[in-house]
Amino acid sequence: MSQSEREIVIPSQFLGDSNQFKSGRGTFIENGKIYAQIMGILQRNDKYLNVIPLKGKYDAIPGDMVIGVVIEALGSSWLVDINAPYPALLHVNEVPWNVDFNETDKYLNMGDSIIAKVSQVDTEKKLQISMKDRNLFKIKKGTIVEIDSSKIPRVIGKKGSMIQLLKKYTHSRIHVGKNGRIWIDADLSNTAKVIEAIKIIERESVSFGLTDKIESYLKQ
Amino acid sequence: MKSDKQLIDENGVRQDGRKPDELRKVTIEAGVLHRADGSCYLEWGGNKVIAAVYGPREAIPRHTQNPLRAIVNARYNMAAFSVDDRKRPGPDRRSREISKVTSEALEKVVLTDYYPRAAIDVNIEILNAEAGTRCAGLTAAGVALADAGIPLRDIPVACAAGKIGAEEQDGTFTGGYVVLDLGKEEDNFGNADLPIAIAPRTNEILLLQMDGHLSFQEFEQALEYAMKGCHDISKIQKEALMKQYHSKEGEGQ
Repeated sequence: MSQSEREIVIPSQFLGDSNQFKSGRGTFIENGKIYAQIMGILQRNDKYLNVIPLKGKYDAIPGDMVIGVVIEALGSSWLVDINAPYPALLHVNEVPWNVDFNETDKYLNMGDSIIAKVSQVDTEKKLQISMKDRNLFKIKKGTIVEIDSSKIPRVIGKKGSMIQLLKKYTHSRIHVGKNGRIWIDADLSNTAKVIEAIKIIERESVSFGLTDKIESYLKQ
Repeated sequence: MKSDKQLIDENGVRQDGRKPDELRKVTIEAGVLHRADGSCYLEWGGNKVIAAVYGPREAIPRHTQNPLRAIVNARYNMAAFSVDDRKRPGPDRRSREISKVTSEALEKVVLTDYYPRAAIDVNIEILNAEAGTRCAGLTAAGVALADAGIPLRDIPVACAAGKIGAEEQDGTFTGGYVVLDLGKEEDNFGNADLPIAIAPRTNEILLLQMDGHLSFQEFEQALEYAMKGCHDISKIQKEALMKQYHSKEGEGQ
């Protein structure tokens, strides 16, 4: 992302000709011209024109780490809300336990939170998630905060700089789900501090020098 | 339709002092509600409208889902206190019709293929009504959709034109002026009303309704006026969307 200037574009804004650029994320082509389809920040690469959304629903991509809340335990699977437009399916084969048929609710029940990974998204946008990987588990303590999923990259920062900062100053465990949910495991005062910092990030996500600002806040 | 009031004088000045091709004052503010995914507050003359967008989310009931694309549900509702005498709350014949035509107009500009099986709900609440609420509602809905981060082909905008001041003699009308954006008196006692909604980038017509009688030439003229009005309001819409982020950017520096 160019740090010198951020150009905000709105839907239907003309961005460039399709023989000069390629239409990337958040854009569409009509009659050889590229237009923005969402409100966001224009990003120009050598070839691609992308629009990074400023707001909007989480769009699941396979491989994303997400934090989900179980909404239903079925015979051999669970339905999990991951903040996407659709509930995600978690099959018993995709959990680290050995679950018998109809005993799913003994392991995960309505309201339980999990850290999972998006394993499959089909053309109908049917979502499947998995818990069979490192760092994926059922959440038993801590706090979950929810922010707009388009602001998650700012919470992580450049090469994880922001998240490192938060962890360093508050001695907490933090897991950031790509779907806009953040799990914080720390004592009460530090949890409050992290939540406040995240709120600042969310509020001022368009501004520059955010990492320095958060650092000075955490030092207090 | 007969009225003892003169809606427009011989110099082409209307009751509220506007010229035939002049709009009422329009102000738009985006992102006014925190619970909704996207929202907009719009004032258009005496009209006050709030639009809120929810979704995309799973369409319920399930049989309304389309496995290939999202559906757009607009719900137009007038508050009980929006008109002079109390409006009976709840959907009636008129608001159902407006909900339907608005949904269809919005569906044309939303890139619905991105969200199969989903529904995008648009609630349009008329707080104060003063002629042209369907146009005001649709315009507000367009801003709210963009504010919600929903992929759009274009930001829809609506505006009306009409005809006022014709003399009636034995059932035939003579004279009259084609004017832009009818006010309350003009709507009630005028001769015709032509609300349209367009996609301003392509000039594609998304909605066109007509109430009253217009000759072919008058229709062409009214359409031209309404198109011009739409483009003017489109600019205000875009400014409103940009404004919320520019103010934020300023704070952060």
